Amino acid sequence: MRILFTIFLFISFDAQSDVFIIPPSDNAQERIQEALILAQPGDEIHLISGVYKIEDGLSLDVDNILFSGDGHDKTILDFTEQMTGAQGLLVTSNEVMLKDFAIINTKGDGIKTIGSEGIYFINLRTEWTGGPDSSNGAYGLYPVQSKNVLIDGCIAIGASDAGIYVGQSENIIVRNSRAEFNVAGIEIENSYYADVYNNIAQHNTGGILVFDLPDLPQQGGHHVRVFSNQILNNDTDNFAPEGNIVGEVPRGTGIIIMANSNVEIFDNDISGNETMNIAIVSYSYEEAIDATDYYPHPRAIQIHDNRLSNSGSNPDMDKEIAAIVKGLAKQTMPDIFWDGVLPFTQMVFGQPNEDRLVLMDNINSSFMAIKPIQYMLSIPNPVTRDSIDFRGNISPLDAVKIDLPSRYND
Amino acid sequence: MTERLISKIFIGFLCLSFNVYSSVNEEAILSDNYPSKLSEYGFFSNQAKQIPEADVLPYSLITPLFSDYADKNRYVYVPQGQTAEYQNNEVFKFPIGSVLIKTFSYKKINSNDSQRTLIETRLLLNKKSGWDAVTYVWNNNQDEAYLSIAGKTVLTEYFDDSDTPINIRYRVPNKNQCKECHLKNDKLVPIGPKPRNLNRIVHYSDGPMNQLLKWEAMNLTVENHDEITSVADFTNSNESLDKRARTYLDINCGHCHSKTGSANTTGLYLNLNESNKKSIGIFKPPVAAGRGTGTFKYSIVPGDPDQSILLYRMISGEPDIMMPESGRAIAHQEGIDLIREWITAME
Repeated sequence: MRILFTIFLFISFDAQSDVFIIPPSDNAQERIQEALILAQPGDEIHLISGVYKIEDGLSLDVDNILFSGDGHDKTILDFTEQMTGAQGLLVTSNEVMLKDFAIINTKGDGIKTIGSEGIYFINLRTEWTGGPDSSNGAYGLYPVQSKNVLIDGCIAIGASDAGIYVGQSENIIVRNSRAEFNVAGIEIENSYYADVYNNIAQHNTGGILVFDLPDLPQQGGHHVRVFSNQILNNDTDNFAPEGNIVGEVPRGTGIIIMANSNVEIFDNDISGNETMNIAIVSYSYEEAIDATDYYPHPRAIQIHDNRLSNSGSNPDMDKEIAAIVKGLAKQTMPDIFWDGVLPFTQMVFGQPNEDRLVLMDNINSSFMAIKPIQYMLSIPNPVTRDSIDFRGNISPLDAVKIDLPSRYND
Repeated sequence: MTERLISKIFIGFLCLSFNVYSSVNEEAILSDNYPSKLSEYGFFSNQAKQIPEADVLPYSLITPLFSDYADKNRYVYVPQGQTAEYQNNEVFKFPIGSVLIKTFSYKKINSNDSQRTLIETRLLLNKKSGWDAVTYVWNNNQDEAYLSIAGKTVLTEYFDDSDTPINIRYRVPNKNQCKECHLKNDKLVPIGPKPRNLNRIVHYSDGPMNQLLKWEAMNLTVENHDEITSVADFTNSNESLDKRARTYLDINCGHCHSKTGSANTTGLYLNLNESNKKSIGIFKPPVAAGRGTGTFKYSIVPGDPDQSILLYRMISGEPDIMMPESGRAIAHQEGIDLIREWITAME
């Protein structure tokens, strides 16, 4: 049985699905939330052009819902006066498509999804309109513990942590999106099987981060491909609230790979990043020591066929890692940096072949890796700048595939 | 009036004895559709005064969840002839058709208990498809409560110990928000009625009695063979500080912050059963806390409550910082004092 509310304008295409059409009004918030609860699987909730003032976080827990607007520049959910809710919109159901609207100035995160199987963010915008500010919310688009995550054609601006953040998830595509003026533009964390391509990450503190952290239900991030992106001119001072891991990211880092395995970075344009273009590092916190089932070092990283230039014109000397690299690099900051940190036995006897860092055909790129034993023994110039030792065969990772339910295929 | 009440209790007693009649509308409980008015369930003989029918039993918890200093009247209904089962000190396994009823209210003046404003009555209904949550918001006349799906903002006030009115923007939760706390392994479940949190003396109309024994005597539950370890009353300073603090965190945070709760993404587990120090928060760095870190590095820094994220988020009233995320608009000073004392005493 359907509960029909007169306040909704209902359009029935067929017996199976209804469309809730909601225009801006004084009680739009209540109407949107009511629709998000009363909708049945297969329904669409459509917000027409206009600005919707929202004071309390919205949430959706019905499967197979299309929640849409008239465009990310036309349908705007404005949370400037938000009173409650840790995010603008929370989704906890499956096979949900969010499409063509903007969420701006939430107090916390923009859109968070927890435990969704099939969550599709299409042509959305999340933005804090006052520009970079540590009082901005942490994440713009924030799927966590989700599976089959598609982020396509989205814009994320001004997040005080990551504009697009995919955490503890599996089977992920982030493409055709733009992230700018965030602390991290795009971040893939503790996740398995992700393709990140055709995106623009510019004017963030860090462009694209591939991280793995200990003590979480899902860790050991692996199989991440970052390709055909433009990671340019990341130059915004780090404005993350202290205490957050991204607070350690130096201003102007193009890509950071931390403690993941099987990461392939190729065919990207990476340029103008003020500290450096690519950094490959271990999770070096003392917390990792007693973490269970956690491997803090990057493994099987392949970086090839990228176009790198103009790295490190103005390194962020306030951040330890940048200061160390600058100190060792003397005049020229490298395009690609590896901290060289490995388990002690591997530092002495070398890495297993399949774990090695592979660098191939990164035209005109400069490189630097720390030789950690020499570094710890304070031997002068404990670095190698020659990438020739890191040549090897590229083993391409498989592409991620997400099959959209038929109703979402235009 | 009194005679009527007595006769009602008498009738209620007869009903219980012979299992032939209950005023409670079982059809309404099990239906997929919610009645629009609370009275349609028939839980109360005098709804405005919150006097329950004879087979709807009031209960209370040793340490309850903090809800903006609202008073909560709790009632349990178990269909006649059926019983709830003990499950190792976890929430009772209630039979289908059972209901947990909770009315939120504020005293009109602190010193006068009889005058109060009823805000909402929340129901957890155990349907054939599982537990379901719904809430009813009281009208201005205070003679009926009406179904609320999308939640509601109620501007009201409560009176502190010195009878000073404090304004509250009270949020009636929507259905999804109920789930945020009540979800365990993706299923909606009750949180409060665990034997360990019920094991106390309560003053019934026919005299004081241990709640668990009362439930047994009224045939709400089967006979108990489990050993019940009671939780601490967080206000009772005769109990150990650690036990009071852990109980407080269990009840106020542990339903989400557990391995099976909706905040398991954080790796911070505050349920009573958790023993790993880092998982409880000791020297645990935040994961995705944003401004919630308050610039601090760890959830708990032993001996240093003012560097501990956990306490910082209990104190804050900002939507993206405060914990719990929903269900409170003001800080719980007594809880803050307890957790401060607990962290200070840690080595």
